[in-house]
Formats: sequence, structure tokens, C-alpha cells
Amino acid sequence: MHRVIKPLIFLLCLLPLVLLSINFYLDELGANPFEVLTRSTGEWTLRFLLLTLAMTPLRQLTGSAWPLRMRRMLGLFSFFYVCVHLSTYLVLDHFFDWDEIIKDIIKRPYITFGMLAFTLLIPLAITSTNKMMKRLGRRWKSLHKLVYLIAILGVLHFLLLVKADLREPIIYALILLVLLAARLKPTLLKKHSFNPN
Amino acid sequence: MLIKQANDILSSEITDQSVYEERRRFMTSSIGLAVAASLLPIQSSVAGYGGKPLTFNKNSQFDTSEDLTSYDKITNYNNFYEFGTDKYTPAKNAQALTTDPWSVQIEGEVEKPGLLHMEDILKQHAIEERIYRLRCVERWSMVIPWLGFPLAKLIKQVKPTSKAKYVQFETLHRPSEMNGQKRAVLDWPYIEGLRIDEAMNPLTILAVGLYGEVMPKQNGAPLRLVVPWKYGYKSIKSIVKIRFTDKEPVSSWTKVAPNEYGFYSNVNPDVDHPRWSQSKERRIGDFLKRDTLPFNGYAEQVASLYHGMDLKKYY
Repeated sequence: MHRVIKPLIFLLCLLPLVLLSINFYLDELGANPFEVLTRSTGEWTLRFLLLTLAMTPLRQLTGSAWPLRMRRMLGLFSFFYVCVHLSTYLVLDHFFDWDEIIKDIIKRPYITFGMLAFTLLIPLAITSTNKMMKRLGRRWKSLHKLVYLIAILGVLHFLLLVKADLREPIIYALILLVLLAARLKPTLLKKHSFNPN
Repeated sequence: MLIKQANDILSSEITDQSVYEERRRFMTSSIGLAVAASLLPIQSSVAGYGGKPLTFNKNSQFDTSEDLTSYDKITNYNNFYEFGTDKYTPAKNAQALTTDPWSVQIEGEVEKPGLLHMEDILKQHAIEERIYRLRCVERWSMVIPWLGFPLAKLIKQVKPTSKAKYVQFETLHRPSEMNGQKRAVLDWPYIEGLRIDEAMNPLTILAVGLYGEVMPKQNGAPLRLVVPWKYGYKSIKSIVKIRFTDKEPVSSWTKVAPNEYGFYSNVNPDVDHPRWSQSKERRIGDFLKRDTLPFNGYAEQVASLYHGMDLKKYY
């Protein structure tokens, strides 16, 4: 069962990018397709990040182990989408004008937070293999707690770039709040201590 | 009037739709996502877009010779918060708006206050075409063939008094038809303002249409302001009130974030929005961004209005 479900979920996770690409090619992304690419890959990064964070509480709710088996893949998809998201910024917004990019990172809080979140995700992606997990032992767990900070930075990044309508970023913030709150019940967490394997 | 004709060009010489589409097609395929570019639909250049045609004169005096943004893009990518806060919903939601009958209340420091009916406004003023750049504060831009008449003509007609230092404009407030007004994203009704000399500048027009036809509802039907050297949000849509006053009006966006949106809001690559740089913009349809010009390229016509002013302070 697991052998079928996991590849299926893998394909499902790719679907947003596939649909974006097709619609981009068909010129169906509206008048400003580049803005849609950036915006959409950014939102999918956040969604996958929140989905990743939802796996531990989901395991506690269901008692099933499969959410934890999905967790790494979902986390890596979040990293995958943030790479595409960042590429659109580097290419479409600035076309590798590094002076401008560095100025942007220093001067604009939403870029600062976004860039910080991306940078912090890199070590998590690198240490996501079984081998690294073993090698790092207990330190692996503490390192991967960075994901909470990353998610907070990601939501802040979204909140700060909106002009006036805060509805969408607030929805992400609320979901994140619930997911973080779910972790404040240490007794529950202890019961099924989360070993990724 | 001593205004240098920067880009004198006949409308017929401007890139037509099919060339525009061709260019767009080339761009898409060259990015590498395309395999068979021939699959892309090509729109032929057709005379009508479905709206009521207007009779107008060509006024090439202020026209830009740059490629026009397609009708499709101009009418499907709109910042019109009265019909939703994203740029794709106004095209649909604005269709609920009743634009006929329509009238504009003239009030404040004028000798001839009162109600102007839309059909009289159209009768009294010769409509001309003005091909202007539009630069949005969000760093995208378009080139739009507006139809309209100089605001100065209407102002002279209502005879402002010597106390009239500013002109304040107000958009219709009708939540039953403008679904975006059901939420307090902005403090409705939408308010904008100009200094009287800005309002009298020959570049400033009241627009009643675009692409040869009556104004599409999502673009601010039936009557909107167009001030091409200022960020797009200054060009208030669906105007129902024009008030002449001695006090600087507080614009809707200034009310939301005074440190981000000032009264003047002149396009200025050297004055950043606090959260993003304004030095570049993406012309809708382009792959790469281009440099933003001071006063959106209209410095020759309007820079003198701000002589001696610190534009970093009066942003």
C-alpha cells in the first residue's frame, strides 16, 4: 500500500508546478504571468511547509505512522518550490543584478526574512538523508527544529509584502499558530515520540 | 502652448495586435518551456472589442510611440479594489455596476456647483485619443490608448474661485454593486486629489474610453481620471464627485499607509517605496524589467510643477 501511495503523493506534489508550466506555455496566466509564477511558487512553498508541520500532529491524531513517512518528502518539496520561487526573483525580478539583490536583502524586511528562511532551509535539506540522520544523531533533531523559525519567517515574508488585503497571509499565520500550538502539549508528544523512521 | 512634441506618431503606425501577439509568442517559446510554438493561439487584429464605439479625434501631441498593451491585458489586469483586491476579479465583478444613468457632483470652491450628467459631459467635450504610459506603484506598466478630454476644460467650465487650491475626487460608493466595498480594505469611498495646477496641466485628462470604445467597467467606467506622470492609484476611477477645496485632500491610500503613499505620488525611480525599489518596472508582456523614468517619462511636461520642491519629502 505504502509503495503505491508514496509515489502517488510525489506526483501530486509536482502537480502545481506542472500546471503552472502548462498554463504559462499556453499563455493562460493572465497579463502578468511572471508575477503569477513568483506568487504561486511562493505560496506553494508555504503550503508544503505547513503540510510538513502538520504531519506530527496528524500522527498523534490518527496514531498511524504514515504521516511521518511523508514528512521528509513534503519538507523537500517545500525546499524544491522555494528554489523555483527564488529563481523567479533572481531572474525575472533582477536578472542577476547582484548589487540590486544585495541592496534588496538589506533594505527590505520582507526580502530579508524570505532570504533568511531560504538559507536556513538549506542545511535541513542537506541533512535530510538517512545517512545524515544517523551521523548527526540527537543533534539532527535539534537542527531540524529550525523549521519552526523558518515557517514563522516565511509567513512574515508574505505578511509584509501585501499592500492592504491581509486576508491570505493571515490564514497562513493562523494555520501556523495552530500547528505550533499543537506542539505545546508535551505529554501528547511524549506518547508517540517522533522518530522519523 | 509651448510643449515639445516628443513622440509624434499616428495611431495607425503603432504595433497592431497580431505583431504584438507574435512578439509575445517568440518570447514564450524562447524561454525554453515551449516545444511547438505553433500551438499558441494567435488573435487577429479586429476592429471592435464589444463596447460602444466613440467618435474621437487623434491627438498625437502627447502620444508615446511605444507598443500598445493589448486590449485583453488592459481589461483583465486591473487594480480596482471596489471589485476585489486581486487584479483578475474586477474584469468579472465590475460587470454588475450600473453606469447609466451617471452624474458627477461639482462642489466646493466653484462659482458653478451642481450636478453634471454624463450625457451632457460627453456632448460638451470633444473626445480625443491619448496614448499614455501607465505606471503602477506595484512596478508594472502598460501603454494605453485612452479616450477623453482635458480635465482643464471641465474645470474652466465650473469656474473655481481663488480659494480652490486643490481638487478632490471621489469614486462611487455602492456596495450593492461594488462587492469589494463590503469589506473595509480601504476607507470607502475612494478619494484622490490633485493640486489645482496639476489638475489644469494639459496631460491630465478625464477618460471616458479606451481602444476606440466606451470605458470598460473594470477600467473605471464611465468617467475616470488619468494622470500619466503619477502612480496608477492617483488616476481615480468611476468618479461621482469633484470637490474644489483650499485644503490638501487625504487620498485613500495615504490614509492606509501615509509613509508609503504620499499626496504627490509622482513616478520617481529615485524614491523607493519603503518596501520595494521603484527604479525598475515590468512592461506588461515583457520578459525583463526596464528602467523607470522620472515622472514616468513626462518630465518635460510636468517637472516644472515641482520646481524647488524636495521630491523625497513630497513623495
